[in-house]
Amino acid sequence: MVLDVKDLKKVFTVGLLKRREIVAVNDVSFEVKTGEFLSLVGESGSGKTTTAKMVLKLLPPTSGSIMFEGKDVVGLKRLEELRWYWKQVHGIFQDPYASYSPLHKIDRILNQAFTLIGGSSSDRESMVKEALREVGLRPEDVLGKYPHELSGGQRQRIMVARCYMLRPKLILADEPISMIDASTRASVLQLFSRLREEYKTSVIFITHDLGLAYYVSDGIMIMYKGSIVEKGSPDEVMEHPQSSYTKRLREDVPLLYRKWAEF
Amino acid sequence: MALLEAEDVKAYYSTVQGYIRAVDGVDLSLQKGLTLGLAGESGCGKTTLMNTLMMNVKPPLHLMNGAILLDGKVISKMDRTTLKKNVWGVLVSTVPQSALNALMPTKRILDFVEDVITHHMNVSESEVLSMAKKRFEELNLPVEALYMYPHELSGGMKQRAVISISTLLNPKLLIVDEPTSALDVSTQKQVLKMLMDLRKAAIIESMVFVTHDIAVLRQIAERITIMYAGRVVELSSSEDILYSPKHPYTYNLINAVVTPEPEVRKRGLTSIPGEPPNLLDPPKGCRFHPRCTRAIGVCRSVEPPLVETGGGRLVACHLVSPGA
Repeated sequence: MVLDVKDLKKVFTVGLLKRREIVAVNDVSFEVKTGEFLSLVGESGSGKTTTAKMVLKLLPPTSGSIMFEGKDVVGLKRLEELRWYWKQVHGIFQDPYASYSPLHKIDRILNQAFTLIGGSSSDRESMVKEALREVGLRPEDVLGKYPHELSGGQRQRIMVARCYMLRPKLILADEPISMIDASTRASVLQLFSRLREEYKTSVIFITHDLGLAYYVSDGIMIMYKGSIVEKGSPDEVMEHPQSSYTKRLREDVPLLYRKWAEF
Repeated sequence: MALLEAEDVKAYYSTVQGYIRAVDGVDLSLQKGLTLGLAGESGCGKTTLMNTLMMNVKPPLHLMNGAILLDGKVISKMDRTTLKKNVWGVLVSTVPQSALNALMPTKRILDFVEDVITHHMNVSESEVLSMAKKRFEELNLPVEALYMYPHELSGGMKQRAVISISTLLNPKLLIVDEPTSALDVSTQKQVLKMLMDLRKAAIIESMVFVTHDIAVLRQIAERITIMYAGRVVELSSSEDILYSPKHPYTYNLINAVVTPEPEVRKRGLTSIPGEPPNLLDPPKGCRFHPRCTRAIGVCRSVEPPLVETGGGRLVACHLVSPGA
């Protein structure tokens, strides 16, 4: 097992005079096995991104435990320990624009990944270029450019390329292909599969896209209002949903080969 | 009878590097009472085409060639003043992509309603209110929403309010651009249902639905147009497009869609090698040929025309023979 999350909770307190508590994530527990592709599906505001941020140690949980390869993650404090953790567990974010510094060329973000894995500088250029080609980008199209000069899909693919260089044990991918055009999505998804085959990488896909979750994952978790309301294999979840929320979701998602009856 | 007809429409953006040929020779026709889906990837010219179809053309976009007929009138020859007075809002109306941000935050929904109605009709305030109330009731929207400010409405509610405002004057044609892409699936379904209701209640006659989401088109459109690099590659019934795509690009595009269905998993997911062409200098011949695995010699030099292949089906590919 790679990751073991138990009773994870996040409560945000808002308001200055009238204090109000918002339970963003409520007693969430799940496990991720080595090489497993898991999807956390929910609509906006369901708490899926907050869960991911806690696992990535970007947000402290209110309570609960997160164990990575048997080590307690919540207690990691020292910079060395954090660096070790972030080398193993990597995040790809929804809006890749926010992940880049607008003042630096995109070469920097790839070179940083290279420094993190501690490779020798003579390999750097060739490794960066190889990673870019893997995600279907021409190095000459993107290197030397600033983030605003690239499309949303290109920025997302660069984040995946970075992941490919780091070869982490666990990837948390928050809507990793939402801005990539349909015709290039498959190749980016294949890259995750190759990382799994070659390095036994596990991936948690955080998405609102039930189709993507159904297609790529071994297991699906449905999140609603901060809680996980359904867990199971893609077929179990789609064919025999237990919670009323999943049932509604299944009825409302537009399909290609079935038409809605009441229209 | 056709409500909307476009003939060899070319709409280019002028830039310092030259013309961007966003819409480059499009023929299209839409029958009364039908919904036409317009699908394609980002940058294929679908939003430009949508704007051109209703003659919302202003620099840097220019209509270079072609004629657009709406309800028997040649709107491509009209100036902006005439369009504003006699066409927009009355004959054709639109819900743009940014509709969720289209509402001025300091105005109530009723103020927008008043703007639209009084621009075209000479009516009193109380008449405006009763018209608005009647329409909101007809479309199952809460009448209280009329007195609310945009920030008080949820995303789905705002989108439905924008749609009702743009159809207040019963335009014959409604053109919508990605109306549901920012919404959750359940809200998306409500908005789609409302669009269907508009047609059922005869508030609008026909609809053009622009989106990259083919699964949504499957639910709502009778006919689908597939665009690639500024041109129409295939136009047919949704069933034909889905079950027997003829153009290699259509085939690839359908196979790149993932929905939670066993058929999709069985079929697998394919990607198209390469990238869409630069529209400043599109490739000679068929624009898809550099990425097409079935391309033959003629594809590299001759641009394939959009031809009827039987059963109301139009395809632009050298590998598909014309006739039934």
